[in-house]
Amino acid sequence: MTATTATTATTATTATTLVPRRRRGPGRKAVLPWLFLAPGLLLALVFKFLPMGKGIWLSFFDVRPFLGDKWVGLDNYTRVLTDHRFQDAVGHTLLLGIGQSLGAIVVGFFLALLLEGQARSLKIIRTAVFLPVVTATAVVGELWRLMYYPTSDGLVNSALGLLGLGPTPFLDNPDTALWATMVMGVWIAAPYNMVIILAGLAGVDRTLYEAAAMDGVSLWQRLRYVTLPAIRPAIGIVLTLAAIRGLRVFTEVYVLTGGGPAGSTEVWMTRAYTLGFTRNDIGGASAASVVLLAVTLLLTVSVNHFRKRGDVR
Amino acid sequence: MSAPALGPVRTPSSSDRADTSSAAGASSRRAARRARTTPARFDTALGWNDRPGVSWALRIVLCALALGVFAVPFLTILSGALSTHPSGSSLTFLPHDSTLLNFRVAGERGIWDYFTNSLVIAGGGLLLQLVVCVLAAYALARHRFRGQALIMTLFMLTMMLPEEVIAIPLSLVLGHVPVVGIDLKGTVWGVILPLGAWGFSVMLLTEFMKDIPNEIEEAARLDGVGELRMLCQVILPLCKPALGVAGVLGFIMIWDQYLLPLIAAKDPTDYTVTVALSILRTDPEVGSGVVLAGAVVALVPSLVVYLLLQRSLVTGIAAGATKG
Repeated sequence: MTATTATTATTATTATTLVPRRRRGPGRKAVLPWLFLAPGLLLALVFKFLPMGKGIWLSFFDVRPFLGDKWVGLDNYTRVLTDHRFQDAVGHTLLLGIGQSLGAIVVGFFLALLLEGQARSLKIIRTAVFLPVVTATAVVGELWRLMYYPTSDGLVNSALGLLGLGPTPFLDNPDTALWATMVMGVWIAAPYNMVIILAGLAGVDRTLYEAAAMDGVSLWQRLRYVTLPAIRPAIGIVLTLAAIRGLRVFTEVYVLTGGGPAGSTEVWMTRAYTLGFTRNDIGGASAASVVLLAVTLLLTVSVNHFRKRGDVR
Repeated sequence: MSAPALGPVRTPSSSDRADTSSAAGASSRRAARRARTTPARFDTALGWNDRPGVSWALRIVLCALALGVFAVPFLTILSGALSTHPSGSSLTFLPHDSTLLNFRVAGERGIWDYFTNSLVIAGGGLLLQLVVCVLAAYALARHRFRGQALIMTLFMLTMMLPEEVIAIPLSLVLGHVPVVGIDLKGTVWGVILPLGAWGFSVMLLTEFMKDIPNEIEEAARLDGVGELRMLCQVILPLCKPALGVAGVLGFIMIWDQYLLPLIAAKDPTDYTVTVALSILRTDPEVGSGVVLAGAVVALVPSLVVYLLLQRSLVTGIAAGATKG
């Protein structure tokens, strides 16, 4: 603290030598940044960090609204982690997260390759293709519920009918519901990835393409040895962001299937939500959230660690 | 899929032609001119060609396919909302018999009230978010103080604490805010206040404000400009691009909120229009046309913002990907 006051004092004196009118005590100068930070810190404290602390705290209790909370130690955690519906939910979360991330990368990559260019018509197509990203997830969910309409006159089913395939009740069949949800997730995320990969593609050195053409390499080799290495950083970022986002998937699943049928699309967060808000098991739901938070933080920190190391190299 | 197959055929043949033209002793100037008039081959990773040909036709077909998959569903929302009986096959590009009946029914179910809720929350939330984040970014970028790195980390942590993960304790906090003890549930503040501090905007604005040259600030200080005027009249006008990005992304983020309005509501009349779609859907008396009419109402604002400010949005996403 003494160091700060000393430095602020010197800056204050230089200020006073320059502008005698603005003579102010050193205390005021040190307080100033905190005045600007106060609203943000206060809101973050009350609506982010306090709930986080409260969630961790409640995860050790059996929460009973009128009887008072009872300390149960790690009981909530063991109960949640051994619950087979939660174990299923972990599997669904991982499958959905990984499938969605990879699918969205591949589709986004092909979209970027297809729509790369300066022509005005391409810009218009890119604008249109990007629509799923800016649309609210709840709206997308309603749209896909209707597209997945189970009879043969639903949009997807009538397209399948053209190919000679029978109507599938995508969302009502436990075998297909999770895959149907995944397709929607890819649809939402692929254009987002497209934009990031396009930014990466724009940075590729054009003379390398020219040189490759001079060497007479095939298009596939050109993609493999020139384009892909150049946009690898962009792909790495996209993949890790998607994986972290995939862990806490909620709205997509909740709107499209609500976790059903028969729990076949239940993910970690929808399960925690049901436990907390419908079953009123706040302790168990808090424990589930804390586990998810820990995994997310771990993943984020390790990703940042590896990315920083990658940057140095 | 057949795009790579085109490459080996095209690439050697056209490079051969370039080789022969220079080898045949044609003046190097002519070769250079040709290289300048046909640089398109190296503009894209796949080497798409602008002139009519197989590759050109294939690209048009693939573009049409991409549009069909990603954009046409939005036309079906509109046509379904305008159709009298939009179930199944009438989900096509054009409504069979256009009518505004669906919107009237949706209006009777209170869609405009939900819409108003949404607008108040989006407007108020965005305003609060921008003010809060600009103030914080100004302190972080233009001042030096003790604990600066820690504060930055705290703001970045807010990005890792999404509503999903803290939903249950957050709903308890909203019901009884500590110290002041107010119940925010059922008010728009319950949705607006938690959106105030958004790490992404703080980071984006801080990075941008750091790049403003010190000379400008020093010159203003010599004129005796105070801190607030410095921020509002010197720094902010220079931050317009970053403010645009933060504004667009913030609006889309707030409009996309689902869980927060759900847990902050006391009863369904407090819902935003996106959350209220589920009420319309579970209402046995309304058809899918009415749900789609609601979807159109929920879609239009984000669509308008996107179309007006899409350039900021795209730069913001690219910036967020490299920094965040």
